[in-house]
Amino acid sequence: MPGAGPFAGSRSFISKLRDGDEIARLITFLFAASVVLVTVLLVYELWMESALPRHKFGLHFLITKVWDPNLDQFGALPFIYGTLVTAAVSLLLAVPLGIGAAIFLAELAPAQISDILEFFIDLLAAVPSVIYGLLGVFIVIPLMREYIQPALKKSLGFLPFFQGPPYGVCFLTAGIVLAIMVIPYIISVSREVLLSVPRDQREAALALGATRWESTWKVVVPFARTGIMGSIFLALARALGETMAVTMVIGNTPTISASLFSPGYSIAAVIANEFTEATGDVYLQSLIELGLVLFLLTFILNGLARLLIVATSQRGSGLGQA
Amino acid sequence: MKRIAGLLVAMLLLAGAGLVLADNPLTINGAGASFPYPIYSKWFDDYHKKNPNIQINYQSIGSGGGIKQVTEGTVDFGASDGPMNDDQLKAFRDKHGFDILHFPTVLGADVPAYNIPGVSAELTFTPDAIAGIFLGKITKWNDPAIAGANKGVTLPGNDIVVVHRSDGSGTTYIWTDYLSKVSDEWKNKVGKGTSVNWPVGLGGKGNEGVAGLVKQTPNAFGYVELIYAIQNNMPYGKVKNSSGNIVKADLASVTAAAAGAAKDMPADFRVSITNAPGKNAYPISSFTWLLIPEKFSDAAKRDAIKGFISWMLVDGQNEVEALSYAKLPKEVVAKEKQALAKVQ
Repeated sequence: MPGAGPFAGSRSFISKLRDGDEIARLITFLFAASVVLVTVLLVYELWMESALPRHKFGLHFLITKVWDPNLDQFGALPFIYGTLVTAAVSLLLAVPLGIGAAIFLAELAPAQISDILEFFIDLLAAVPSVIYGLLGVFIVIPLMREYIQPALKKSLGFLPFFQGPPYGVCFLTAGIVLAIMVIPYIISVSREVLLSVPRDQREAALALGATRWESTWKVVVPFARTGIMGSIFLALARALGETMAVTMVIGNTPTISASLFSPGYSIAAVIANEFTEATGDVYLQSLIELGLVLFLLTFILNGLARLLIVATSQRGSGLGQA
Repeated sequence: MKRIAGLLVAMLLLAGAGLVLADNPLTINGAGASFPYPIYSKWFDDYHKKNPNIQINYQSIGSGGGIKQVTEGTVDFGASDGPMNDDQLKAFRDKHGFDILHFPTVLGADVPAYNIPGVSAELTFTPDAIAGIFLGKITKWNDPAIAGANKGVTLPGNDIVVVHRSDGSGTTYIWTDYLSKVSDEWKNKVGKGTSVNWPVGLGGKGNEGVAGLVKQTPNAFGYVELIYAIQNNMPYGKVKNSSGNIVKADLASVTAAAAGAAKDMPADFRVSITNAPGKNAYPISSFTWLLIPEKFSDAAKRDAIKGFISWMLVDGQNEVEALSYAKLPKEVVAKEKQALAKVQ
């Protein structure tokens, strides 16, 4: 009987464990805690193993443009720039296409077509990134060099974004390949979220005289806004960390240039390229420090994402409207 | 049901115990360069067939990894496309108390590959032309430095698109080592290494990446490993060597480069044979080395490794040309046989 014997008084931890509920709670808590533990260990290792360049360069590492393994001078700026630019281009292309497709699949398409297309989209999401890299090398790069880049140059060549010779490998190509890779994520998650909007929201809008499109765009999508933004940040996370596909199409040149036609480099690509042959402690640890920078970048962007979601939820997205 | 399961487990345990108690093959582990991996793979396999109780495992993790792991002591021997520098040698000596020795195994070479629309002739490149192009100072195909060596070929006035390796690699080491020798400006500005700060150019990953970029991009100029070019039937140019002769890279001219350098080779074989003397020598060639510690605490391992290297220097060398590697010249083989006595 609980409370009797040597543990008289309040129920002890041990006696609580006899309850199935408490055991389940403890086990699932340990699982959740282990995720946090892994993250903390990861950051700790990255921090400890990048000690040399942190002491040598300090914060200058983040603003130096030079990457010279021979002179032991390393700087992260071109890679940070490349990572952010390719992620931005990919989102610019993927978000309108992805959300538009999700709206079509959830709201406007007949159920059968929606299911068939969803199957293909899930397939796309499962394709390994090296395959996308090959797609980029054999299809996207020639297309870019022969048709798209010259066309953009002719029509929008006065903009600083479309300057320079068309090599085929550039920020824009990497952005396009990344966009193809992240669209399935946006479509899948957004479609689920849109489908889960309660019917009475749609019906209320229609009953008030809205057209089909108006009810979708003005009622259903805002209601699902949080989930859609979640899908965008999932896509962003993939775009920031993508390695193989990017390194095959970006040109692997640490440059900072406003032009999207310029070849560039990203953090994940340089680590993948140079890690195995990196001799010399400062060199190796600088690559690890780049990994730490990427982690911080993802962390900051995710944090901003959370803030954005909180900010827009407070404006009232339909949840909790009495 | 439970009894059958119990019997199965007992049988498995007995079988396992039996395996453990049986004669264990001697296992030797090595790691390092990926360039010679195909021939090393074949050698270790053939050697195992001749000596069934010796098993040599090799992981191609890259030259940098090879040097690191043999210094750490996690592998018995290493392999590298570039010789260890003095700091790395010192680090090994400080950690283990004895030296590590270099043994050249095969030869590699880099060839200049290009893609000029309208030009199908085999071009010749002088050292100055190659250095100028890679420094970004020679920007057009019809520059006199290139046209001068290719009279009779009409070169267009297009901009040259330079292509180099994005990943760290022995191939890059050979190319930059050569450029450091033929161009003081390159030596001071860029230097040599498996990865360098390239003044110009696009980066392709692996020989395949560079070859792909060169093939796809008009007016491109890049470098690939000779074996890769041979096996993929890629057209490549000729290079003027230090004697003034124009040499096309092939197995014979690469071996000639090593032979030319053999006379003045240091005893530790840590030599660069780019721009080697010799009228038939191909100037952009290099050794690749096995890194063997001087002392082994396990006598069986030491004897096995020494036996392998002796075999490699004679029988092993006969297998390399089938895989498009250039063999060691006999002068170097003789020197290595002498050096092998140092391993204790």
